[in-house]
Amino acid sequence: MGNGIIIYIEHLRGIVSDISFEILGAARKIADDAKMTLYAVVAGKKVDALLPGLGKADKVITIEDDSLEMPTPRAIADILNAVGSAKGISLYMIGGTNISSGIGVILSVKQKIPLINLCKNIRYDDGAIIATNQLFGGKILSEVKIEDSKGIFCINPGSFKSEPGKSGTFPQTETFEFKSKESKLKFIKIIEPDLSDVDISKEEILVSVGRGIGSQDNISLAEDLVAVLGGAVSASRPVIDQGWLPLNRQVGKSGMIVKPKLYLALGISGAPEHVEGMKDSSLIVAINKDPAAPIFNFAHYGLCAEIEDIVPVLTDCIRNKKG
Amino acid sequence: MNILVLLKMVPDVVEELKIGDDFKSLDRDWLRFILSESDEHALEQAIILKEKYGGTVTAVAPDAPELDDALYSALAKGADRAFKIIGEWDIYRSPGLAKVFSRFIEINNIMGEQTLILSGSQAIDDLEGEIVYYLAEFLGLPGCCVVTSVQYNPDSNCITLLKEFSGGLRGEFELSLPAVIGIQAAENPPRYIPIAKIRNIMKTQKIEEIEIPVEGIPNGLTIEKLFEPEVTDRAEILEGTPEEVARKLVEIFSDKGII
Repeated sequence: MGNGIIIYIEHLRGIVSDISFEILGAARKIADDAKMTLYAVVAGKKVDALLPGLGKADKVITIEDDSLEMPTPRAIADILNAVGSAKGISLYMIGGTNISSGIGVILSVKQKIPLINLCKNIRYDDGAIIATNQLFGGKILSEVKIEDSKGIFCINPGSFKSEPGKSGTFPQTETFEFKSKESKLKFIKIIEPDLSDVDISKEEILVSVGRGIGSQDNISLAEDLVAVLGGAVSASRPVIDQGWLPLNRQVGKSGMIVKPKLYLALGISGAPEHVEGMKDSSLIVAINKDPAAPIFNFAHYGLCAEIEDIVPVLTDCIRNKKG
Repeated sequence: MNILVLLKMVPDVVEELKIGDDFKSLDRDWLRFILSESDEHALEQAIILKEKYGGTVTAVAPDAPELDDALYSALAKGADRAFKIIGEWDIYRSPGLAKVFSRFIEINNIMGEQTLILSGSQAIDDLEGEIVYYLAEFLGLPGCCVVTSVQYNPDSNCITLLKEFSGGLRGEFELSLPAVIGIQAAENPPRYIPIAKIRNIMKTQKIEEIEIPVEGIPNGLTIEKLFEPEVTDRAEILEGTPEEVARKLVEIFSDKGII
């Protein structure tokens, strides 16, 4: 195997993203199995505050520059490229998040090495690195293998536990001099979600609707259920994109991360981007007419049925129970 | 504005997906193709921008089953021209396709000071996805993905974008044209076009067919195998009449202290 692995530590507003710890843990295991050095790259306007807790890396490489407050994917790809060239490493792991999107592609073009996106698992086995990827909305998995330790793996958030990547020790650090090029993409500001009517991340019960709800009129089925059950109505991406519910109701990769006591998924297929936002709910019940819907692989209880047939009956049943 | 929107047909994942005999690709006999969902939003955003700021919209896609319907629909929605790139496309993924699109742009001399290239943020059917960033690199343009809003300022020839982060946070960015943008969701849902209007367009407008010769298409890593997710912890499926399963659910909710 090669000289080492480089992982990118993603952060937003002074906080290291959970995905970075997931990757630290997974990369630590690969580095130990393959007897490689694990480097973590932290780039930002102020990096010192981000370093505690990154002790699972053999060495943290820091790049500090005012222009890196909200770095473009190209700026980060340039940095990872420069660090990799300096260390003689062409093996990278990056978070498959919205913030980091594009870094892998640009780095792959610069280094002329393959990009392996949508990874849900990655392991070292007998001289090769093998990754499993979630394709077609999580319905099909693919397996790819690299044997020359040249590749960029983007890891879907939620694929690994973050705890094994966390450490109480301060890492060894090394500063890396790098001057970013002027970018045509300029960061203006961060926009907070509008939580004035509801903050779904704080609700204990969520009745969540997906594409399978069929029409905007059917949202009322979920609202009627919430009226007797309590909680709030949330949704997966297609419902928000149709304009059937406002943005602050969205659960998933781009929306809110929720952990209610009950997550009742109505007509939600369970694409990886959605599951990322609700997989830690205490009780997940899914109602979907497609028996092959991936949501049934995450739910505790499932019903294979039409939403219109079951939800009004359930609402009546709860109303009667509550008297 | 001169807007180019790059489209791609992908398997409809609502349908059953069967893995082919080679265990490396899907069995095409079973597939139903639809326009990639985020590409549909990119098309909508292109039409919205044209309506607001004027200009033209050109839709381009590699040949695929059901593509003609999607391109006629794009014309009916307001695209000015629609191109179909002829070739055997099922073996190409994003890096290769981006190379072909960038060659299409060169051959047709499309790039100008007011050119905006739009596509979907991420495709579901390949290992790389994010074609927008490949294209940005190949064309030497700025790029940005996971975008949900695009506003154009003609005076400065700049666009203002909203990019989704996580936890409901969004980032506002500014960018000068020409540029490549990956749309996650258009500011309005994709418009509905009555079938009669599409039929009418089929009589009056044409899909332009074009071949793009490209040497040495890069195409990433070979897939070793495809397989279906192994389920170790599948949901307990409740069965019975709606009344029976509703009663079972109420029992479960009650046991867990939810009601």
